[in-house]
Amino acid sequence: MQTVFDIRNLTRVVDGEVLLDGISVSIKSGEILAVVGPSGSGKTSFLRLLNRLDEPTGGEVFFQGKDYRTIPTPFLRQKVGLVFQKPALFPGTVADNIRWGPSQRGEEMTNSQVESLLTQVGLVGFAERKIDNLSGGEAQRVALARTLANSPEILLLDEPTSALDEEKEREIERLLLTTIDQRRLTLVLVTHNLAQARRLATRVMVLNHGKITFLGPKEEALHVKPSFLQ
Amino acid sequence: MLSHLFSSELSLRLVQALLTLTFTLVVLFWAQKKRINLFQEGLQALLRGLAQVVAIGSVLLLVFRGSIWGSILLLFFMILVASRVTARRIRRVEGSFAIAFLGIALGGGLVTFLMTWMGVIDSHPTSLVPVGSMIIANAMNTCSLALERLLSEVETQRSLIEAGLSLGVPAPKVIAPYLERALTASLIPRIDSLRSLGIVWIPGLMAGMILAGTSPVSSALYQFVVIAMIFSVSILSAFISARFLSVRLFSPAHQLLLLPPEKKPFSE
Repeated sequence: MQTVFDIRNLTRVVDGEVLLDGISVSIKSGEILAVVGPSGSGKTSFLRLLNRLDEPTGGEVFFQGKDYRTIPTPFLRQKVGLVFQKPALFPGTVADNIRWGPSQRGEEMTNSQVESLLTQVGLVGFAERKIDNLSGGEAQRVALARTLANSPEILLLDEPTSALDEEKEREIERLLLTTIDQRRLTLVLVTHNLAQARRLATRVMVLNHGKITFLGPKEEALHVKPSFLQ
Repeated sequence: MLSHLFSSELSLRLVQALLTLTFTLVVLFWAQKKRINLFQEGLQALLRGLAQVVAIGSVLLLVFRGSIWGSILLLFFMILVASRVTARRIRRVEGSFAIAFLGIALGGGLVTFLMTWMGVIDSHPTSLVPVGSMIIANAMNTCSLALERLLSEVETQRSLIEAGLSLGVPAPKVIAPYLERALTASLIPRIDSLRSLGIVWIPGLMAGMILAGTSPVSSALYQFVVIAMIFSVSILSAFISARFLSVRLFSPAHQLLLLPPEKKPFSE
């Protein structure tokens, strides 16, 4: 499998506080890497650095073989889509949100393209609904569809099911697996739920205090103590 | 009545100032009795105000007797002080003084220079300094409003701005609606001033000119010239400073540089 992200010694320090400390990992095309760890372990920092919303203070990141600092950031972010834990939707309708990214580049999405994305995320008929009338889970799906509208190659998801009950959580997990499979995406999934990581991921990376404490196949992650993640 | 008792204008003004000061002290004393505790603060403010206006009056006396360079130096000093006042509104942003200075100096300086060059403002210090100071003061007010509003928009809409950036949209496009809102809001007081000019208020300059014996119509026309100049200065200054601020808020890699108030780059 081709390496999409080659991350070497990635570090971020803000005002003397170490958020990530020497992370080295290669992410292969098509894999699902789950990043788990307790609150404040650096999971979200890791995703933000991959999307280059923040700047590393040390180390190197290669995206498809190129130092990602040499790639124009807007282009990199289209290819490496990020969905935040708390979805921030633009005022207007669901369709406005889905069209937003492409329209800023002068690309117009047709109604059928919007509907197709909504079908993928299980929100058929939601196009004209105002975002104020959405539940937390629906808003999360709209944020996912909005990111997919950019046709990314890698999807970075930050705790996509943290605000949902178990039934909705499983529903989103099924939807994610289908989407990943249909679009041949690589997925980096941040979760504090080790069981979810085992269900979805091909590999698991455990972070604590900004450092990798475990990196390996999900089968080996069975030995990671759940108490470690609290 | 007083004008008949004093032949010298300076003596007349001194007595007027003393009488007004006494009257204000009586009001403050009365307020103190009514448990409005302002006597000490009010007295300090009164004396400070008196000292400041007498000091600027003395400086103007020197400037009015000197060449145009004295006026330019005085106006430049006013721009520096105005920039400092505006910069305080956005002190969290690196280079806040430069952002405020560029807006006030470029907007105010450009309009003052053009209007003086075209002869709309008389280049004599007695005209240049008061009109120039009005222009600078208004540029300062509009810049403060625009910059504070923009910064507050970015702080409150941080998650939406980062959502836009994460989708690969360049920072200037993401910030554009917030910039537009801040500029529009900062110009509302100027538009309202223009709308209500002469109906709700008779501005100080026009009142002063009428008191000095100029015809009311001529005073009104000159007041309109000044208000219109202030309007264009406000637009230019607010646009320049807010544009500079919007650039300073992002890195060349389209990353929002303004950390949240708690100084953490995100919440996990």
